[in-house]
Amino acid sequence: MGAGVRTEGLRKVYTSPPPLAAGGSFAPALGKRGAKPKKAFQVVALDGVSLEIRAGEIFGLLGPNGAGKSTTLGILTTRVRPTEGHAWIGDYNVWQQQVHAKRLIGVVQQRPNLDFALTAREILSFHAAYYGVAPADRGRRSAELLERFQLTDRAHEMVRGFSGGMMQRLAIARAMMHDPQVLFLDEPSTGLDPQTRLLLWEIIREYNRSGRTVMLSTHNMEEADALCHRIAIIDHGHVIALGTPYELKHSIPGGYLLRLKFSHHSPEVVERLRQLPGVTEVQIHGAGAEGGQGVQGAQGAQGDGVDLYADRGGSLIREIVAVLAESATDLHDVHISEPSLENLFLHHTGRSLRQ
Amino acid sequence: MNWRTFAALLARDAHVARRNLATLLLQTMLQPMLFVFVFGRVLISSGMMTASYKGLLLPGIMAVTMVITGIWAVAMPLIAEFQFTREIEDRLLAPMRIEWLAVEKILFGMLQALVAGAVVLPTGWLVLGHGVGITFNQPALWLTVVLLVSVFSSAGGLALGCSVGQTQIGLMFSMVIAPMIFFGCVYYPWSALKGFPVIQKLVLLNPLVYASEGLRGTMVPRMDHLPTLLVAGVLLAVDVLLILVGLNRFNRKAVG
Repeated sequence: MGAGVRTEGLRKVYTSPPPLAAGGSFAPALGKRGAKPKKAFQVVALDGVSLEIRAGEIFGLLGPNGAGKSTTLGILTTRVRPTEGHAWIGDYNVWQQQVHAKRLIGVVQQRPNLDFALTAREILSFHAAYYGVAPADRGRRSAELLERFQLTDRAHEMVRGFSGGMMQRLAIARAMMHDPQVLFLDEPSTGLDPQTRLLLWEIIREYNRSGRTVMLSTHNMEEADALCHRIAIIDHGHVIALGTPYELKHSIPGGYLLRLKFSHHSPEVVERLRQLPGVTEVQIHGAGAEGGQGVQGAQGAQGDGVDLYADRGGSLIREIVAVLAESATDLHDVHISEPSLENLFLHHTGRSLRQ
Repeated sequence: MNWRTFAALLARDAHVARRNLATLLLQTMLQPMLFVFVFGRVLISSGMMTASYKGLLLPGIMAVTMVITGIWAVAMPLIAEFQFTREIEDRLLAPMRIEWLAVEKILFGMLQALVAGAVVLPTGWLVLGHGVGITFNQPALWLTVVLLVSVFSSAGGLALGCSVGQTQIGLMFSMVIAPMIFFGCVYYPWSALKGFPVIQKLVLLNPLVYASEGLRGTMVPRMDHLPTLLVAGVLLAVDVLLILVGLNRFNRKAVG
């Protein structure tokens, strides 16, 4: 059975450039210019983060680069010392009972940090030895994981020549080698091709089904949405929203996006669409778009059309069709998006997660 | 303390060392043997040095080989593993207090220094030929000095490895290692510096002086050397200091 994870008022202020253990990426330094050189560097990476992750849950930290995700994971995995606050893995205080806490966790850091002096199989096998796994079990389990991560044919090679994706897969296999109760993954799918990403998601779900707790960080909202039972959205060291993907997406009005394409449109049509009950915003894209009125994230939009933000989805279609029929406009395509985490982030911060 | 984890970490280092055995041996042995041949054979057979130089040179060569091997064995992997690749992460996460990983590094560095000493002594002896004139009348004292030298080398490696970045390795050699060797009383006894009183006092800050003089005092006691008990005391103090500094720097480097 997995263990729960808890943090209370975590705060981290870096007074020197953060080590790679913390992910190494940060929002611009907040230190003031002209201050004494010794105090010039000060970054508040976390400012009072309290979280409770239940045993057996897949929990995601979602936020842009520099939000404090890696620092949170760093503190939970004994790699970054908090300036204030406490963290627990199961019943163990991470900073007072470090060795007990370490036994319960497996960690995949943001950059693959494989032991370049060893082969793939040796990396897994020595890792298990550090945790006291018996030699026979080491061999069996490393063979299983190499197979599962499609690395069997490279098992006896030194990892220096591995591609980024292979290194990442091996790093994840390594973290699972001692069967930890809580698996931490910092941006696990960065650098993976779509196919491997799906394999990774499947493996994470499978691991979680065996009762293990998984905590991951990501700046990819599709990943958070697809994988996590609950998500904390984090920005500038604060948790700005917390809940299941469904709860989060429905916590703001106008969360639905209806992307419409039609033969042509006029300002009157757009205005009439804007007046429909439940519609909060209409953005024009395509050939008819006016200067500066492009659409965020409207890749691949072709022809005339609008993006319509509303607090409902399918039930609006009939009214839209009626409006278009009255002005003799043909509707070519409709795409309805459920409320998204991107919209939520935008709502809370005024910025896109993709920025 | 989790000995199983500690043993597994030692096994990992031993495995890597075994894989790189040939390179390691060449790296450790070639240069000292060249020195022994040129200084101990060529210069002596050509009459530029007296034959008694053989006995003076061998303990110095043994000291410098042990010290450089230990420093190299601990510092170089650490510098690499703490850099961008963070190869050391997985071991820092092992279920053990991280200080013990540093202790493991010291222990493994010591072992490598001891092996280097154990190889260079008979090989150097062989290369020098007859008339080296080395004795082991005080085996316990000699062994104590050898152990203290091995701790100095690996703890020094830990302190250096945690203080130097990858881009400063060249600087480390030209600014730290090279002066340490040449003012380390390796190729001459400390008493030979009496014509340079200031330098003679200054080199007492160099721990390699005590390593060389300590081995000289226990292997060729008939020659001038610093009192061996004083040497052992200083080496012990240096060892303790370097272990404390090394552990402290390791901790600061390992945890953000």
